[in-house]
Amino acid sequence: MPKTLFDNVWDAHIVRPETPDTPAVLYIDLHLIHEVTSPQAFTELRQRGLRVRRPDRTLATMDHSTPTTPRNALGIIPVIDPQAIAQLDQLRKNCADFGIPLFELGSANQGIVHVIGPEQGLTQPGMTIVCGDSHTSTHGAFGALAFGIGTSEVGHVLASQCLLQSRPKTCAVRIEGRLHPGVTAKDIILALIAKYGVGGGTGHVFEYMGEAMRALSMEERMTICNMSIEGGARAGMVAPDETTFEYVAGRPYAPKGADFDAAVARWRTLPSAPEAIFDKEMFLDASSLAPMITYGTNPGMGIPIDAPVPTPEQMPDPGSRQELDAALNYMKLEPGKPLLGHPIDVVFIGSCTNSRINDLRQVAHHLRGRKVADGIRVMVVPGSQQVKRQAEEEGLDTIFKAAGAEWREAGCSACLGMNADQVPPGKYAVSTSNRNFVGRQGPGARTLLASPLTAVASALTGVVTDPRTLLD
Amino acid sequence: MEPITTFAGKAVALPLDNVDTDQVIPAKYLKVTDKSGLAEGLFTVWRYLPDGTPNPDFALNRPEAAGASVLVAGRNFGCGSSREHAPWALAGYGFKAIISPYFADIFRGNALKIGLLPVTVDEETYHELLSHIEEDPETSVTIDLAAQQVILPGGRAVAFPIDNFARHCLLNGIDQLGFLMQQDEDVRSYEAASPITLNTHL
Repeated sequence: MPKTLFDNVWDAHIVRPETPDTPAVLYIDLHLIHEVTSPQAFTELRQRGLRVRRPDRTLATMDHSTPTTPRNALGIIPVIDPQAIAQLDQLRKNCADFGIPLFELGSANQGIVHVIGPEQGLTQPGMTIVCGDSHTSTHGAFGALAFGIGTSEVGHVLASQCLLQSRPKTCAVRIEGRLHPGVTAKDIILALIAKYGVGGGTGHVFEYMGEAMRALSMEERMTICNMSIEGGARAGMVAPDETTFEYVAGRPYAPKGADFDAAVARWRTLPSAPEAIFDKEMFLDASSLAPMITYGTNPGMGIPIDAPVPTPEQMPDPGSRQELDAALNYMKLEPGKPLLGHPIDVVFIGSCTNSRINDLRQVAHHLRGRKVADGIRVMVVPGSQQVKRQAEEEGLDTIFKAAGAEWREAGCSACLGMNADQVPPGKYAVSTSNRNFVGRQGPGARTLLASPLTAVASALTGVVTDPRTLLD
Repeated sequence: MEPITTFAGKAVALPLDNVDTDQVIPAKYLKVTDKSGLAEGLFTVWRYLPDGTPNPDFALNRPEAAGASVLVAGRNFGCGSSREHAPWALAGYGFKAIISPYFADIFRGNALKIGLLPVTVDEETYHELLSHIEEDPETSVTIDLAAQQVILPGGRAVAFPIDNFARHCLLNGIDQLGFLMQQDEDVRSYEAASPITLNTHL
């Protein structure tokens, strides 16, 4: 039977096939870990007297509970929260005891786990990649099968380099047409989730395909794959192509010379056969999209930026009417009213969705020689120390600071309310992150998810602003 | 792990769709390096008023919900973050099973690993359960894992799907890591044949 990209990667990683009584034993090529979801897994290993099977296929970074405050006079990023200190110390000890390489807080390669994997060339087509983090789906942009796991499974992979998995279903996500100016990859994924819902992909692995996908850069494909989980799909994949190979080539952990050529030859065999059959299909016309923004408390509650907030009467069933009521009550937004022009308090540019160099360049381009609106806090948080260095080499930091924005150290920052970077209760934030759940960015925080372009347009005016107004 | 076979428990209803794991347990509780204190953070935004006192209107705080061990929840329960702290918090609070029309994939897998049963039922059964709980807040349901059945008040038995291997492990108190560790020989053969040469020790 003609195979999909997913089938090709899945089948190549079967250590023991699925039977009616046991799931497949799936080999994991790369295991990324961080401070939050790994400590209890190491405890389990110690209690059972187990070692880490492949420390050379494991890599740790510090990102979630870390501060992004500027370095002190000694060049150190100070951690003040005692619980965060203990968690980071525990990761340091676990990595030392089990021989796992660690990108320490503030060190040259540290950053958000889903930013550093790709930028270091660890993430490669055809691999299986897991991490105790749902946004592991990001790495699928390279044609890898990458998904988030819980801490029990982190322990499984540490000890055995394998996972027990039942084969998921596949879903072809066709994104045809060309994006209009001012509409970005972030708008594609927000529109897709708004159309099919936050549970639409449950039980499936997405494969994004079509004209619009082929035209995107690796960074843009990562933005889309990153939010697959927000559509309910544990993983999202894009077939590797010349754009992928060009991105991977020359990165520190990527194969070199003849090995690279051999790898590319292997990677060229991964894409889905033209006649491959998927369990389900989704479709989006990129040429019909406007910039998107969310108004509610899950990422599926999104609208074109010039559309009014939905009314309960527009909802198809009592469940979704109740959900909308609760969301608008939390967000203090009125049904039927436009979001455009709504005052905001904070703009957050960062997270594993939108903190890469292209995102920062786009923001800097529009901030150059301008000032953010009075009273608006604008946080620009690079996804990694490498992104930070590159941005500084290009002078982007000077532009951000001159415009009145904060230029911070690398980390997850205000995406998840786990460190000091939070949105105050009741305040509105236009955020380039991935989740607008109740309290996600801090207790009582009101999150409006959008693209970096919409974020910078809104930062300049202090109200929700259509990024197409920035275009010449 | 303790074997799970059949148990009966009081059911409490949380009939909201898309309850994400940030609602089950917010990120501020995730700074622990063990599993302590998570039950206190369960549904914290709904369970407590801004002054820190229990919210009397929240289902779990009503006196008749005391001792409940079965949560009847809306569609797509456990979406969002992969944090296993969510099932840890639910189990720590005393829940043994969650009944829902469907679960988010990662949550379902995490819950099965720790013996918190994710029980998927059809829409009709879901609504029937909600009606029972509304009429009688002391409603109890029986879950028979061996037979893969939920027995509703009144005696109707409804089958639920569960992965055979997970069911076997839960019934016998076997953990999945032990099974994985027995695959060592196959893993070695696989590794010897794999063309991927990645080394994180650069």
